[in-house]
Amino acid sequence: MASEHIVVTCTINGEQQVFLANERDSLLEALRDRIGLTGAKEGCNNGNCGACCVNMDGRIVNSCLVMAAECEGAEIGTVEGLATGDQLSTLQNAFLEQAALQCGICTPGFLVAAEALLEQNPDPTEHEIRYWLAGNLCRCTGYDKIIKAVQQAAGQNVA
Amino acid sequence: MQAVKYARAGSVDEAVRLLQEGGHGAYPLAGGTDVIVQARERTRDINLFVDLKHVPELMDIEHSPEGLTIGAATPCYQIYGDSTIQEQYPALVDSTSLIGGTAIQGRASLGGNLCNSSPAADGIPTLIVLEAQVEIAGPNGRRTVAVEDFCTGPGQNVLARGEFVVKLRFPAPAERSGARFLRFIPRNEMDIAVANAASQVRLDGDGAVAWARVAIGAVAPTPLLVSEAAEAIVGQPLSEETIAAAASAARAAASPITDMRGSIRQRVHLAGVFAERTIRQAAERAA
Amino acid sequence: MVTAQSQQTEQYNVIGTRPIRHDGVDKVTGAAQYGADLNLPGMLAGRVLRSPHAHARIVSIDTSKAEALAGVLAVITNADFPRAADQEIDTGEGSANLRWVLDNVIASDKALYKGHAVAAVAATDYHIAEDALELIEVEYEVLTPVLDVRDAMVDGSPLLHDSLHTRELDGSSSDSASNTASHLQFSKGDVEEGFDDADVVIEREFETSMAHQGYIEPHNGSAYWRADGTLDVWTSTQGAFVVRDSVAPLLQLSPSQVKVTPMEIGGGFGGKIPVYLEPLAALLSQKTGRPVKLTMNREEVLLATGPTSGTYMRVRMAAKRDGTITAADVHLAFEAGAYPGSPVGAGAMCSLAPYDIPNQKIDGYDVVVNKPKTAAYRAPGAPQAEFATESVLNELAEEIGLDPLEMRLQNASVEGNTTAAGMPFGVIGNVECMQAAQDSPHWQSELEGPNRGRGVAQGFWFNIGFESSAYAQVNGDGTVPLVLGSTDIGGTRASIAMQLAETLGISAEDVHPHVVDTNSVGYTQVTGGSRTTFAGGWAAYECAMDIRRQMEERAAQLWECEASDVTYGDDAIVRGPADEDGNERQFTFRELAGQLASSGGHIVGRADVNKTSSGPAFATHIVDVEVDPDTGKVDILRYTAVQDAGTAIHPAYVEGQMQGGVAQGVGMALNEEYYYDESGDLKNASLLDYRMPTALDLPMIEPIIVEVPNPGHPYGVRGVGEVPIIPPAPAVRAAIANAIGAHMTQLPMSPRAILEETALSGD
Repeated sequence: MASEHIVVTCTINGEQQVFLANERDSLLEALRDRIGLTGAKEGCNNGNCGACCVNMDGRIVNSCLVMAAECEGAEIGTVEGLATGDQLSTLQNAFLEQAALQCGICTPGFLVAAEALLEQNPDPTEHEIRYWLAGNLCRCTGYDKIIKAVQQAAGQNVA
Repeated sequence: MQAVKYARAGSVDEAVRLLQEGGHGAYPLAGGTDVIVQARERTRDINLFVDLKHVPELMDIEHSPEGLTIGAATPCYQIYGDSTIQEQYPALVDSTSLIGGTAIQGRASLGGNLCNSSPAADGIPTLIVLEAQVEIAGPNGRRTVAVEDFCTGPGQNVLARGEFVVKLRFPAPAERSGARFLRFIPRNEMDIAVANAASQVRLDGDGAVAWARVAIGAVAPTPLLVSEAAEAIVGQPLSEETIAAAASAARAAASPITDMRGSIRQRVHLAGVFAERTIRQAAERAA
Repeated sequence: MVTAQSQQTEQYNVIGTRPIRHDGVDKVTGAAQYGADLNLPGMLAGRVLRSPHAHARIVSIDTSKAEALAGVLAVITNADFPRAADQEIDTGEGSANLRWVLDNVIASDKALYKGHAVAAVAATDYHIAEDALELIEVEYEVLTPVLDVRDAMVDGSPLLHDSLHTRELDGSSSDSASNTASHLQFSKGDVEEGFDDADVVIEREFETSMAHQGYIEPHNGSAYWRADGTLDVWTSTQGAFVVRDSVAPLLQLSPSQVKVTPMEIGGGFGGKIPVYLEPLAALLSQKTGRPVKLTMNREEVLLATGPTSGTYMRVRMAAKRDGTITAADVHLAFEAGAYPGSPVGAGAMCSLAPYDIPNQKIDGYDVVVNKPKTAAYRAPGAPQAEFATESVLNELAEEIGLDPLEMRLQNASVEGNTTAAGMPFGVIGNVECMQAAQDSPHWQSELEGPNRGRGVAQGFWFNIGFESSAYAQVNGDGTVPLVLGSTDIGGTRASIAMQLAETLGISAEDVHPHVVDTNSVGYTQVTGGSRTTFAGGWAAYECAMDIRRQMEERAAQLWECEASDVTYGDDAIVRGPADEDGNERQFTFRELAGQLASSGGHIVGRADVNKTSSGPAFATHIVDVEVDPDTGKVDILRYTAVQDAGTAIHPAYVEGQMQGGVAQGVGMALNEEYYYDESGDLKNASLLDYRMPTALDLPMIEPIIVEVPNPGHPYGVRGVGEVPIIPPAPAVRAAIANAIGAHMTQLPMSPRAILEETALSGD
């Protein structure tokens, strides 16, 4: 039953990190408990809510469904890496201006996922936004203002 | 999470060796979207993950005159993002763009979907109607099985201990053929199919159905190839009667259970509905 | 976006604007600290062992093997707690017997639902704590579970509690033990006479499933029992004071020995009022001398926290051909879960309140079953009860051939009416919401296409007031830190700060609101009951008035005049009498703030309010659906939500409450259900199979804010959080009926249920 510790070297938000993890840790657990980056949240721990979304080698993944050990050599991006210093990203500002969060627990996952969408599709339709974000559950907003925030960040007119 | 170690394989041979050394609790790890959950919830006894994602052969999409080869661990987004697949195998896009949400599709693979062998797998009916061949590696070398013979029960398949799927091979699509996968879920995303179906139809020069395959899922212990449904439409142009006969054959082949996702009556009914819808839409793609 | 139909006559500077919320940046950068984000030096991780059975006697628990596992520092069971006193404690949105509170936190002699906690472990690592659970040996004697509210009420049903007797209408208790904890009744007029007077009578039975709040953040609770005997608790809770007042008596501590720090909270909707993990973390900390953090996983949240009641309901309602409703008879049987305390009373109070019906009788039954103890969920009890009554009303309108909104207007409750529960209505926006719905672009539009339908429904929720506190300092630069006790779940730091800013005449940005621990602010009730912006805003108003008085006094001191000659204007200019030379004397807020330190010291404003009144909330919703007749699947095509907010302090967050309520109501309408097998095992305890709406399941939700100011509040505020969850289910039901002719009788109206009612009904 006993488990051992492993050393993982990877890049997190552009910075090289070497950390000690339990070999049983998921990436989410390693980020939160070993590295101290608690922006990614645990909502379901089996890939159904998206609160733990991070970027891994250019794709969004549920960090609860990635073993920490898999991250050797990987490039990881989390919500903590979205702002540049105290300059929020366009999307982060849009979330604030559109009141796209209430409790805020799903917000880090939505931001990471939506940033990835806008990177590959800078002018998405409402359906494309909803489809891309369907794996991110929000229980507070009814999604309306989240969709509008993404539209605003894409430079679209928002009613 | 049970106590589980991790090893990264760089080649098929290394993966074979690692799995063999790992013994009973060693499992191949592709996207991990099923197997990591099973280890965490302790529903499968796993003490070693052998990561296959660094084996080039398992992460590759290859087009050739003979057809298409997809490495078993290739993530869904690479499959539906491949322009040749979009053009020639749109049913693969249907399936891979429905498995989980975007973040799941960044990791989940068709090989993993197949090896998880869920009766409700969204990849398998498509693989069946596209006549996929499954190339397996293991301690005794390589072998190939037809995908419709791969699953043997819920969560069970023909893989022997130490074996894993390397790649899926698809024949080149015939002229005037088309395939479609659809599923029924109560939401519009992020659900396990209550019932699903895939059909492939090839038309002859006169518009009659020259050849067909129909497969249904989530309505039996394994995804099913329903040859009676195909027989009902082959040899004549599609008509309301032949489509109804195919739907009826799909319903007859279904032997589902009642659970939290659906009832027996609902699933039998839906098997017919989705056999019908996929046949129609496959024929549209063929035309 | 918003068609504001305002009767607002006041012109405000801050209220009604949309500033960036004060806690916003932390929440978009990942810096905000939620309960599970807490990490303290030496902190241990805990896990809870839960019953695999829905109903079982606990014969024995052997923890010795778990205690022997390397890294395990403590294992506790119910026997490790002090014996709970037989006393009622305030649980935020109600009260409960302390013994039952403890038994729900950790089972004593019986496990009463699958997932009921039976032991808890603290270890040096989360993984070790989880391993330890497998080493705890529990011997159960499995008993027959009681899973259906009607089965539970039958004489001879297996009993959950041998000591539970039915509290009857007259206050007496039944002779024999029962699963029915209580029977309540509200009535007015003569119901049978009302039915005799009617032309059309419709009677329907409904069944609804348990449904969960579904907040994305699982429960957490951390505690550190210090060597001096004081206890620190950190938790994501809707009510820090309720946690303090639950944990202290459970551990036989004085409230002064317990400090609860509310962490940021990832949703609650009523479900994060009861304590689950906090007492366990506290006891584990006492045993180990180290801080302990407990978190639930999602399965535990669904199995073992507090969903809302499943129900059996029967409604008979009658009207004359002209549309006048003459009588209604409502029977509500609500599952309480394992311990008494369903929201049937609130449901009964709300069920017919939007209508002035002369003859009414509403019976409610609170019934225990082998399912988790229910907790508050957004307008507790009302979504179920009003689903039943609104549905029958819609059918009456259909039967008579009346426009459903016209029929509602014809019977609408107005100022001066009193409900069957004895609640008198003052100024309310019931009619105004219905009229705004009638005037909406949505209602005015045509809906075309096969299998499409439109539905409408009304909702009512009474809202509450009660205790809130606000303390504010005035800094020398004119900024104002504001200290609050209300957990901020959806922007209430902003809505309370805005009311303070409005009253002081300064900007929202110059107020810096902070939610603090139970030792640092006055008693504040839970963030619930749609009370936070209402009562918290009232406290902020009075706190600001306190500051205004003190600043007038300080100005008088500086000007050496009488305080009564100084006025603090709404423009934040403090004006005094002219000086000897006849010059006007005045200070801006900032100027005076800058002189406070040198003229006698800083000042603090303070207010503690306890408001027994509230401003009732009404809503009218319109929905268009399309039904796939082959699959039974319902797609929401268009949705409009009209609601009276009284005064919308921060309209964006009012809209957000409306839209979020719609999303939860639609979830309850279409797919969300607790699916149990015969053994009482919850088969869908995951967010995969407990199907909450995704972004792809909803359209944009058009909010229309109506403003009929509440005369019982300095700024006219009514609570807005709860009422929008009520109309979606009956509106969707009506739309389905309009689309395909099927009148559904259960929630959820899942594809399976619709198919069974339609395509498969002949099979």
